[in-house]
Amino acid sequence: MSLADDKFLRTEELTLNMGPQHPSTHGVYRAILTLDGEYIKGMENVIGYLHRGMEKLAEARTYPQFIPYPDRLDYAAGMLNELGYVQAVEKLMGIEVPERAEYIRIIMAELQRMASHMVMLGSYALDLGGYTPWMYFFRDREKILDLFEMASGARMTPCYMRIGGVAEDLPPEFLPQLRKFMDSMPASFEEYDNIVTGNEIFIARTKGVGVLPVEKLLSYGVTGPNLRAAGVDYDLRKVAPYGIYDRFEFDVPVYENGDCFDRFVIRIAEMKQSLRILEQAIKDLPEGPIKAKVPRVIKPPKGEVYHQIEGSKGVLGYYVVSDETNKPYRLHIHGPSFINLGALPDMCMDLTLQDVIATIASIDFILGEVDR
Amino acid sequence: MENLFVNISGALRGWFTGMGLPPMAVEAIMALVFLVAILAFVLLNVVYLVYLERKLSAYMQQRLGPNRVGPRGLFQTLLDVLKLFGKEDIIPNAADRWVFRLAAILVMVPAIMAFAVVPFGQGMIAVDLNIGIFYFVAVSSTATIAFLMAGWGSNNKWALLGGMRTVAQMVSYELPMVLSLLGVVMLAGSLRISDIMAAQKTVWFVVLQPVAFLIYLVASTAELNRQPFDLPEGEQELTAGPFTEYSGMRYALFFLAEYTNMIAVSAIAATLFLGGPQGPWLPSWLWFVIKVYVMIGIYMWFRWTFPRIRMDHLLAFNWKFLVPLSLANVLVTGIGLEIYKWFQTIRW
Repeated sequence: MSLADDKFLRTEELTLNMGPQHPSTHGVYRAILTLDGEYIKGMENVIGYLHRGMEKLAEARTYPQFIPYPDRLDYAAGMLNELGYVQAVEKLMGIEVPERAEYIRIIMAELQRMASHMVMLGSYALDLGGYTPWMYFFRDREKILDLFEMASGARMTPCYMRIGGVAEDLPPEFLPQLRKFMDSMPASFEEYDNIVTGNEIFIARTKGVGVLPVEKLLSYGVTGPNLRAAGVDYDLRKVAPYGIYDRFEFDVPVYENGDCFDRFVIRIAEMKQSLRILEQAIKDLPEGPIKAKVPRVIKPPKGEVYHQIEGSKGVLGYYVVSDETNKPYRLHIHGPSFINLGALPDMCMDLTLQDVIATIASIDFILGEVDR
Repeated sequence: MENLFVNISGALRGWFTGMGLPPMAVEAIMALVFLVAILAFVLLNVVYLVYLERKLSAYMQQRLGPNRVGPRGLFQTLLDVLKLFGKEDIIPNAADRWVFRLAAILVMVPAIMAFAVVPFGQGMIAVDLNIGIFYFVAVSSTATIAFLMAGWGSNNKWALLGGMRTVAQMVSYELPMVLSLLGVVMLAGSLRISDIMAAQKTVWFVVLQPVAFLIYLVASTAELNRQPFDLPEGEQELTAGPFTEYSGMRYALFFLAEYTNMIAVSAIAATLFLGGPQGPWLPSWLWFVIKVYVMIGIYMWFRWTFPRIRMDHLLAFNWKFLVPLSLANVLVTGIGLEIYKWFQTIRW
């Protein structure tokens, strides 16, 4: 007779409420955990604490008026969210965007992707108890935000994209500053490797943790780096290029294990590819107008359009229905954070409480986008 | 300078005796004087250590750290302490009131008690027990109870998890820590702190017992609940572990105890491995402070470099690696001692 069979040693499961006020639930995410000791026997996502009704708000805004709102979806990747929205409207109206604007958009999008990854990597390290790496990542992100401020006047919520182009041309000091940032990055990558990726404790805590089979990931609809870390080569920039991504030469990093460690390193690899794209974009950046001629009042023709881009966290889609007025009849946002979060409880099953923290961090979701 | 504090204590003792007090009363008053001196030393150091930790971490992270209050932010911690005094002392309704209240005080007791055997300088041990090391180990191990009380008494699931982790961690890491000290004790042939200091006149024990020193370093970091072994607190996981429900000065006491323990553990490391308060040119008590701060610097360096280890890895590392290693160290030390003795008998 083992100890557990003993009638006098009664163990019971513990229901633990994690969040919405918890240091590492990345905002106001809440999970109801069922614990057996420190092992997870059940997990339930509870979301909605940050619901602002974005999609409904869009119906009461004109098309240009809605541009600042996507910034508040995934607030770590404002530029990318705007890009998806304006491209969807442009697709609906058939607007041709000038060359220079396209290049500026690419520069901004890739910078934003790097900034978003830095937030994720930094808070990941912080969630595992590494305070110093967090500062390193945010130090580099700061340089990107400075660039955004230079171009758009804002750091987190730039509102820089416009239907048919971008709001302002790049200021003259932008490109030299960008070059300086890009030159500083290789040294930073080395630092990241030294302090996080090469750390024994970090490797021990993340290798083999939070794995889901590829079929499961696909059936949950997980996209982006989380999917690529599990070995599926699917990047919209390559598979279905939007904008002018087909002109650039870059690789899509793909890893095999799909564990927390791979989800970490794949983002560093993606940042290196973003640098490559930036390099080419700066080289080819043409002169010219930055905004297409668009009507003063934007009234897309009757119809609907679905446009998706490769956001920093996965496939970000906008579904716009127009009834020929100046406001969208319906706008739906397909946010990757929401989709990826769905796979979290399955990933966390039978892990310890500490692993759950690592897995949450590795999924990289932003509650603004989950709840909308 | 060398005998500054010894002379002060001697003068005080002479003064009390001169007042015609019986020897027992003089001893009692002197014990009180020592206690006050130790408390002053510890509290002043803790206030400075918090500042040091914040500055050190800031420089490691390319920040400036506190720099607004006073010159270079020196008064920051003082004001923080004042603020904590002014905070409301919240006791949750569901908490076990007595256990909850007592834990915050109890956690300070072993931390302060350990200083009784710390040699602050040549001839500056408050009580030179003949079982000094044993006393230190025994006293510091009781701190576990306070953490468990805090975790249990809070009646909070997170705090309870933290309390359970504390017990698992501190009880297991006590073993390699004690075994690592055993090597030193074997070499010195005594448990008395002053004897161990005297045995290091020619060569520091860190040279003779490098493995023991490393084991002590790791195990004591775990005993202190500091990164990478800060699982009991585990800010990102358990909010603040056993301290989650504490506020104001009670919370500050836990904080205080952590830093006090850090000084005590560093002091023991300096005494047992780094030759204690011995050193050339400078007065011994200054040497002692320097060595303690070197040790504290190492602990802080750990904290701001490593991520947190996982609970099962933590225990596996202890039982499968540290304990066997420390046992092997004891064995090798014993064999080495016998061989050394044998050589000596041959030569003479």
